[in-house]
Amino acid sequence: MLLRLSNRLFWSAVTLLGTAVLTFFLVNAVPGDVAKIIAGPKASADVIKEIHTKFHLDEPLWKRLGYHFNDLAHGDLGHSFVTDQPVAEAILTRLPTTAALSALAIVMWMLLAVPLGVLTAKYSGSWSDRLALVLATLSLSLPAFWLARMLQYWLSYKLGWFPVAGFRTFTHLLLPASALALLTVGYYARLVHSNMTEVLNSPYIRAARAKGASETAVLFRHGLRNAMIPVITVLGMDVAGLLGGVIFVENVFALPGIGTLAVQSVFNLDVPIIMGTVLFSAVAVVAANLVVDILYRWIDPRIKAAH
Amino acid sequence: MPLLEIKNLQIEFGSGLSVARAADGVSLMLEAGKTLCLVGESGSGKSVTALSIAKLVPAPPAHYVGGEILLEGRDVLKMSSRELREIRGGLVSYVFQEPGASLNPVFRIGAQIKESLKYHRPAVANDAEVIRLLKLVGIPAPESRLKNYPHEMSGGMQQRVMLAMALASQPKLLVADEPTTALDVTIQAQIIELLRDLRRQLGMAVLLITHNLGIVGDLADDVAVMYAGQIVEHGPVREVIQRPLHPYTQALIQSVPELDTEVACLTAIPGTVPLPGAYPSGCRFHPRCPKARPDCSQAAPDLSQVEPQRWARCPYWNWKANALA
Repeated sequence: MLLRLSNRLFWSAVTLLGTAVLTFFLVNAVPGDVAKIIAGPKASADVIKEIHTKFHLDEPLWKRLGYHFNDLAHGDLGHSFVTDQPVAEAILTRLPTTAALSALAIVMWMLLAVPLGVLTAKYSGSWSDRLALVLATLSLSLPAFWLARMLQYWLSYKLGWFPVAGFRTFTHLLLPASALALLTVGYYARLVHSNMTEVLNSPYIRAARAKGASETAVLFRHGLRNAMIPVITVLGMDVAGLLGGVIFVENVFALPGIGTLAVQSVFNLDVPIIMGTVLFSAVAVVAANLVVDILYRWIDPRIKAAH
Repeated sequence: MPLLEIKNLQIEFGSGLSVARAADGVSLMLEAGKTLCLVGESGSGKSVTALSIAKLVPAPPAHYVGGEILLEGRDVLKMSSRELREIRGGLVSYVFQEPGASLNPVFRIGAQIKESLKYHRPAVANDAEVIRLLKLVGIPAPESRLKNYPHEMSGGMQQRVMLAMALASQPKLLVADEPTTALDVTIQAQIIELLRDLRRQLGMAVLLITHNLGIVGDLADDVAVMYAGQIVEHGPVREVIQRPLHPYTQALIQSVPELDTEVACLTAIPGTVPLPGAYPSGCRFHPRCPKARPDCSQAAPDLSQVEPQRWARCPYWNWKANALA
């Protein structure tokens, strides 16, 4: 177990290192002079030159990569070109908003998808199962920015049920989280459905019924835990991938999270922030996978035996 | 009143044009404390019959078209789901073919046995009773096994756990659906031995489903032979094995290899069991029957009492091969 964990940690570190290198080259491949963006359009040649010296912009790429990694090794992600705020601080102050939004969205879609998946598996082929399939397909196909805008327009602006934008109270999160949840719930409902259908046909379900277990116990005690094993894996990947949807939704609802930070930094060509947010998402992916790995062992005892 | 009486049970699968009748007019009787073996090839409808005793054949896709299943005089097919839950694992317990797949992989075996106790004997739903049950089915060092997951045990041990789970409620009827088919031969013998001991010790009735006639003589009081959804012969085990009346039973017995005689090759019954929904006309066995006559494909024979205690679904049960000569 310890060996496996250290093995996982080693490869996590390799993944992060690779991401850091890749982001560095990608960002530096973008055309345009960063110094001109920092100094503004009216800056004199001297100022530009000074900025070039300060950020080593005239030196060769490999040397700058060296500086970059030296900084990273010292825990220094650099400062924003635009606001001069330390990158780590910029990310950490926005992290709670994004984390709360993501967590709320996950809770919402799982609370909807799990019962929906279980019940449609139980009543597979009925008209309600088919209706659920149509809704799930719809949920899968809607674009994030469109759904977010529509919810905002109708439920906030027209009906006034929710705050339109910004983040002061918990209610400000409800609509953005619903948008994220609605986009994902269909996929998860089908995922739970297909796993549950398979599980319900297995001999241990028949054995549970033969014992005298109630239908609720058969479905939720004997069935669900087995059906959730593959769902947890996918969820682990999606928690990290959720940042993609978060970027749209945060921007539509003007939530001060990492999504808005990332988009602003791209518009401003704020290189340290771009690299910081990308590195942050890589950390999120790696961490989510580690958590899934641990959860997996807890939920399926057979995994322990396999290693 | 017999413990179990099945009268003219009819179970169908599918609908419209593709209806398959898996059990077609099955009638059986089992007295308390007795053992009945239900024998037949795969697809003969014996498992469907066994599962229907606690209405465990899921409907849909199945339809319970007709008949009665009387357990201590009460018709199972008319029971509410609450009544069914009481008899399932209570009055009737099941042991299935594949113990590895019939135990829930994510729960410890102690918890799974305790679950049965909770449903039917909540007063003793504790570790001590679980340990007693594990001892009863011959699991060594049961205290250390409580926290095992199913995958940490061998097939034979898993089947013992299934038995312990089935016995938790002190059932009056144990339905064992091919309990040894998935096990090694040596383990099969142990499980059969254990079944025999338990039956004697606990005085319960056993309905043993098997396609292996070799184990029938050891265990059963009576035997019923199923073919293509119907019972074709029924009688006391000794008589049926020594003097089978139906040509299908005769063929089945001939196909059991004997250890003390040398044979050049094993005897097999030609052809396969017809699929439900594609039964031949007349006697369902006639295409494979070595003694078939022209009229066997015309009229469907009934299961009739031909001797005291003996039933056969063949009008020519008394027909000798040399009668024609």
